[in-house]
Amino acid sequence: MSDHPSTLAHHFDDLEQQRAASSLGMWLFLVTEIMFFGGLFCGYTVYRWMYPGAFAASSHELDIWLGAFNTAVLLGSSLTMALGVYSAQMGRRKALIAFLLLTMLLGSVFLGIKYVEYGHKFHEHLVPGAHFEFAGPFEREAQIFFSFYFAMTGMHALHMVIGLGLLTALVVMALRGSFSREYYTPVDMIGLYWHFVDIVWIFLFPLLYLIDRHK
Amino acid sequence: MSGDTQVMGPREEPRTNYLNAGYTLQSWLLTTDHKRIALLYLITITLFFMVGGIFALLIRLELLTPQGDLVTADTYNRLFTMHGLIMIFFFLIPSIPAVLGNFLVPIMIGARDLAFPRINLLSWYVFVLGGIIALSAAVAGGVDTGWTFYTPYSSTYSGSHVVLMAIGVFITGFSSILTGLNFIVTIHTMRAPGMTWFRLPLFIWAHYATSIIMILGTPVIAITIVLVALERVLRLGIFDPALGGDPILFQHLFWFYSHPAVYIMILPSMGVISELVTCFSRKRIFGYNFIAYSSLAIAVLGFLVWGHHMFVSGQSIFAGMVFSVLSFLVAIPSAVKVFNWTATLYKGSIELSAPMLYAFGFIGLFTIGGLTGLFLATLATDVHVTDTYFVVAHFHYIMVGGALMAYLGGMHFWWPKITGRLYPELWARLAAVLVFIGFNLTFFPQFILGYLGMPRRYFAYPEEFQALNVFSTAGAAVLGLGYLLPLAYLLWSLKYGARAGSNPWDAKGLEWEIASPPTTFNFETTPVVTEDAYDYPGEEVAVV
Repeated sequence: MSDHPSTLAHHFDDLEQQRAASSLGMWLFLVTEIMFFGGLFCGYTVYRWMYPGAFAASSHELDIWLGAFNTAVLLGSSLTMALGVYSAQMGRRKALIAFLLLTMLLGSVFLGIKYVEYGHKFHEHLVPGAHFEFAGPFEREAQIFFSFYFAMTGMHALHMVIGLGLLTALVVMALRGSFSREYYTPVDMIGLYWHFVDIVWIFLFPLLYLIDRHK
Repeated sequence: MSGDTQVMGPREEPRTNYLNAGYTLQSWLLTTDHKRIALLYLITITLFFMVGGIFALLIRLELLTPQGDLVTADTYNRLFTMHGLIMIFFFLIPSIPAVLGNFLVPIMIGARDLAFPRINLLSWYVFVLGGIIALSAAVAGGVDTGWTFYTPYSSTYSGSHVVLMAIGVFITGFSSILTGLNFIVTIHTMRAPGMTWFRLPLFIWAHYATSIIMILGTPVIAITIVLVALERVLRLGIFDPALGGDPILFQHLFWFYSHPAVYIMILPSMGVISELVTCFSRKRIFGYNFIAYSSLAIAVLGFLVWGHHMFVSGQSIFAGMVFSVLSFLVAIPSAVKVFNWTATLYKGSIELSAPMLYAFGFIGLFTIGGLTGLFLATLATDVHVTDTYFVVAHFHYIMVGGALMAYLGGMHFWWPKITGRLYPELWARLAAVLVFIGFNLTFFPQFILGYLGMPRRYFAYPEEFQALNVFSTAGAAVLGLGYLLPLAYLLWSLKYGARAGSNPWDAKGLEWEIASPPTTFNFETTPVVTEDAYDYPGEEVAVV
C-alpha cells in the first residue's frame, strides 16, 4: 500500500474505485435532492389543482422577461461548467479556472436578478404574511401561490449560493494545482451538482412564470 | 505481511488495534475510522435512550392511577411527545445502522473503511448538533404536539417549542441521509474480490434496503418540517385551513417518510436476527435469496402504505381501500423472513446463548406486532381501535419488542468483536429473560386496554382500566431493570471480561476472521472470498 498516489485515500485500492465511489455517491446525493424538492413540487401540484384560477392570476404577477433572462443566464452557466469539466479532463488548468470563474459570474448574475425580483414583490405587497395584498377574488389562495413561489425559488437560490461556495473552493484547488488529467473528480462532481440546480430551475420557470400565458 | 496474521484459536490480542491506536480526545473526535465512529454513536444514542426512558418512566408513573395526579395534562402532552421524538429520531433510527452497521458493514464486505470516512464523521457531528438542539428544546419546556407534528396545531396553535424541535429533527435527518448514502456506495464499490452480491451476509442486504429508505424518505420529511417551521414563523398558509391550506397534505408528506421510517428501524433488526439465528443453529440460513429479496421488497412496499395512518383523517374511502390492500402486501415479505428463520432452526443444533434468546424474543414479538398490524390495516377494525392503546401496543411490539430486542441481541453478539472482551453469559441470559418478561408485561395489557377503548395520549382514564395499567407500569419497571443490567455488566466486562479471541462463537463471516478488537484498517491484506455466506456444517447432518 506504500505506492498509493497522493490523491488516493488509504481505504481505496485504486483511483478507478475511488472515482466510481465518488460518482455513485454524488448521484445518490442528487437523488436525495430530487426527493427534497419533490416535496415542494408535490405541494405545488396539490394546490395548483385545488386553486387553478388563483395560480394563473398570481403567475401573471411574475415578470416573465426577468424569469426568461435568468433561465438563459443559468443555461449559459451550465455550458461554462461543462466546458470547465472538459478543460479539467484535458488538463488545461488556465481554461479550467477561467470557466469556473465565468460560471460563478453567471450564477451571481442570476442571484442578482432574483434579488431584484424579490424586491419588486416586496414593494408590491406580494410577500406572504401580514402585509400581503392581492386585488381580486383570490387573495387567500394567491398567498399560497406566493408561499410556494418564495419557498421554491428561495430553496433554489440557497442551492445556488452553496454552489457558488463550492465553485470558489474548486478555483482555490485549481490555483494550487490540485487537479490533473488523472484526478479531477471534484470538478466532475460539483459540475453534476451545478447542472442539477440548473435543471430544478428549468422546472420552476414554467411552473411558476408561465401558467396560462398562452391565452 | 502474512507473518502478522495469526491463525484461529484463542490468540493474543495484536499489539495495536483500533481502540489503542490513540488515546487523546482528538484521536476520537477527529477520527475517520468507522469503528471509532460507531462507538461515538453508541455512547451518544445510549444517552438519548436514557433520556427517552426517563420520559417513558414518568408516563408510566402518571398512568399508575386513573386520576391525573403526578403531572398536569399539559406536562403529560409534552412527556409523550418528547418520549416519541427522542426515541424515534435519536435512538431507534440511528441505533443498529449507525452503531452496528457502521462497525460491521465495511468489515463484512472485506473493506478497510466506508467509502466516505469523513462524511461518516460528519454524520455523527450533524447528529450531535441536531441532538443538542432537540435537548435544548426539551429543557426549554418541550413540545406538546405529539411526535407527529400534526398541522395546523403544530404550525399555528401550539404554544410549545415546535420550531426549535423541528430544527433539531431536520438537522438530524441529514445524519441519516449521509449514513445511508455511505452504506449504498460502500456496498456497491468496496466489496472484496469474490464477495459477490449473493455471498453478502444478510445483514448487508438489510442495511442496503434500509439505506434506500433513508435516502429516499428522509429528504421529504426534511422539506415538510421546513414548511411547518416557515408556516409557523412567517404565518404562511400552506397547511392551515383558515388560510386555504390543506392539513391532510401535511399528513401525507409526514407519513410518506414516517411510515418507511418504521422500516428503517425494523429492517436492520431483521439483518441482525438473520446473523444470530444461523450462527446459533449451526446451519446455513434457509432461503438466503428469499430473505435478501424480502428486505428489498419491504423497502419498496414500505413507500406505498403511508395512507394506513390516515384512515380516519378524511382521505377518500377509495384511497383508504388501496392503502389497506397495499399494507397487507407488506405482510408477505415480513412473513417470508419469519418462516425462513423458523426453517433455519429446524433440526439445527440450537445454542441458547444470550444473543439467541434475544433473537427468539424478536421472532415472537415481531410476529405479534406484525399480526396486530393487520388488524390496523383493515379499515373497519382500524376505525374501532384508532388512537387507542391498541395502536400503542402494536408499534411498541415492532419498535421495542422487535428493533430494540435485535439491537441488544446484536450488541451482545458483536460485543466481543467490538471490545475484545466476553460479557458474563449468565447475567446476559438473565437480562434477556427479564427484558422479554418485562416487555410483555408492559405492552400486552395495552392491547386489551386499547381494544376495550382506552384512548392514547390522555393523562387520566376511567377506573376500570386501572388494574391493567398497574400491570403495565410494573412491567415497565422490570423492563427498565432488564435494560440497566446490560449497561452494568457490559461496562464491567470492558475491564474484567475474559479475552474474547477472534471468534468466540465459532461463527462464519469475515468479521470473525480478523482480530478482536480489529486493527485500524481491519485487514492486513485484502481478503479473497471463496465461499458462500453462512457456510455452517449443519446442512449435511440435518437430514436424517
